[in-house]
Amino acid sequence: MTNKKFWADFNWADPFLLHQQLTDEERMAQDTAHRYAQEKLLPRVVNAFRDETTDPSIFREMGALGLLGAMIQSDHCPSMSYTAYGLIAREIERVDSGYRSMMSVQSSLTMFPIDEYGSTAQCDKYLPRLATGELIGCFGLTEANYGSDAGGMQTRAQKVADGYLLNGSKMWISNSPIADVFIVWAKTEDDVVRGFILEKGWKGLSAPTIKGKLSLRTSVTGEIVMDDVLVPFENMLPGVQGLKGPMGCLSSARFGIAWGALGAAETCWHTARQYTLDRKQFKRPLAANQLIQKKLADMQTEISLGLQGCLQGARLKDQGKLAPELVSLLKRNSCGKALDIARNARDMLGGNGISEEFPVMRHLLNLETVNTYEGTHDIHALILGRAQTGIAAF
Amino acid sequence: MKIMTAIKRVPDYNLRVRPLPDQLQVDLRNVKMSINPFCEIAVEEAVRIKERGIASEVIAVSIGEDACKEQIRVALAIGADRGIFVKTNAEIQPLASAKILYALYRQEQPDLVILGKQSIDGDNNQTGQMLAGLAGLPQGTFASAVTFAEGAVTVTREVDVGLETIKLTLPAVITADLRLNTPRYLTLPNIMRARKKEMTTIALDSLNVDVTPKIELLGVASPTQRQPCTFVNDAVELVDKLTNEARVL
Repeated sequence: MTNKKFWADFNWADPFLLHQQLTDEERMAQDTAHRYAQEKLLPRVVNAFRDETTDPSIFREMGALGLLGAMIQSDHCPSMSYTAYGLIAREIERVDSGYRSMMSVQSSLTMFPIDEYGSTAQCDKYLPRLATGELIGCFGLTEANYGSDAGGMQTRAQKVADGYLLNGSKMWISNSPIADVFIVWAKTEDDVVRGFILEKGWKGLSAPTIKGKLSLRTSVTGEIVMDDVLVPFENMLPGVQGLKGPMGCLSSARFGIAWGALGAAETCWHTARQYTLDRKQFKRPLAANQLIQKKLADMQTEISLGLQGCLQGARLKDQGKLAPELVSLLKRNSCGKALDIARNARDMLGGNGISEEFPVMRHLLNLETVNTYEGTHDIHALILGRAQTGIAAF
Repeated sequence: MKIMTAIKRVPDYNLRVRPLPDQLQVDLRNVKMSINPFCEIAVEEAVRIKERGIASEVIAVSIGEDACKEQIRVALAIGADRGIFVKTNAEIQPLASAKILYALYRQEQPDLVILGKQSIDGDNNQTGQMLAGLAGLPQGTFASAVTFAEGAVTVTREVDVGLETIKLTLPAVITADLRLNTPRYLTLPNIMRARKKEMTTIALDSLNVDVTPKIELLGVASPTQRQPCTFVNDAVELVDKLTNEARVL
């Protein structure tokens, strides 16, 4: 089969042959995620986005396939590589960023902190049912007045006789209105950030829905409102103190976003390519125009280079060598480029580009959020600026 | 009951392949390789038979270069119990495959062999039939349904005129058609479990099978491009085009 005599055929959709750089297990995991996303998620995404509805059964479907917390090294989880986790994010987000958000929040922001910072009892209690999707998780860090400046949070945990009393409210929380398990970050009286596991139905805990989002409409978002919620001692995460707790979770989630956003970009690129091949104006395909071909070449270049970066990031993560700053670089690059690709694709589809019949405007609207949440494009630039100048500009 | 299945590594079904400039080989360097879809259906059926409590063991065999182990792992992730990898870099034509499978049949003594009806690379549709011939076993090819009763298997076959149902005594060879089943999703835990299942590597030489190619490949070429449709004005023009352009009359 190997033949070095001839130049190889160019694989336009996978120029660096990413597929060949994976292990067989990673390829199988990608195939499963791809097939599930295309067969089960794609048929319902248009209505879900239009009607702003979240289908909680998606968690159980993903859980049945092992797609939740796939990269967590635990007896309760598939224990696959971070590359596999990235590939899953890419395949799910190829259909919709909202579905990928549901998976990310469950995997990186709920299961990850319990596995990483939780006690054995907490892992045994929550991880198996989070992995199957029987329980839905969410993550409360951001507050209405504290976004990028998460350290300024107002939510307080006051130590009392039988636990901690939590007071405060969290904003822009994916999954919260349907969540059973809440990972909440709050400051104790000594001003140290600690993590707590709260459960649905506890007295004083509510999670109202934020309606009217023009983005990520397939994934429900809400608040977490805590009014003297009593959290038993055994529900505090013992393994971490300070902002590095939530930041560790976010690095894991951002890593998935870096892969996922490029999945959304790939859909926009492939849609624009097919559309401009099919659509004829002035008796020839739109794709025959240099302006169109230049845009397609730019999309191909950014996506394929971006994916190679994500793959190397994943390999570093699996070797324990991944720095959070590189995650910032990858997340920022993927989201910014994906958003740009979606805007261009929308433009290339002309009037049809605004229709729900084509996925590009939905991806464009979604990517506005993806570019903003879990560290905006600009704040990640400041992290990278600080890393090379030693000066914090924020 | 013990079931033997075989799987082939082939270019992914939704890819287009091209010949190398020498017109003697297909360029497979940059293409995604997968389990042959009919083989996947065969493994799925074997595993379902086991899950119904009729079979106790499912063995998955593949023949070829090291990369074929990936497709055995797919079979193990579907639910096969163990794999046998027959390692060779030689070109294996259908008769050679049948002889190798016959050698393994004698070693393993399965009660049933389920293969795909054909592989989508060579499209030969021969291995199952030749294996049945070599082993002197009854065969049920193009199966769209398989049921069991008292030492026999009933196979519904998809033939040109419709469906034909036949009853075979065991042991037997069945080849799977497209509608036999829809293969399951590979769950991630099962993908990881497949890693721990036994996979035996056998050198082809140790089987004492003559795999000398009997068919000489003269060349490969891409299918000709489809000509665009044209409308004709009347029957005379149609006959003229069929006679002089298409040259079919």
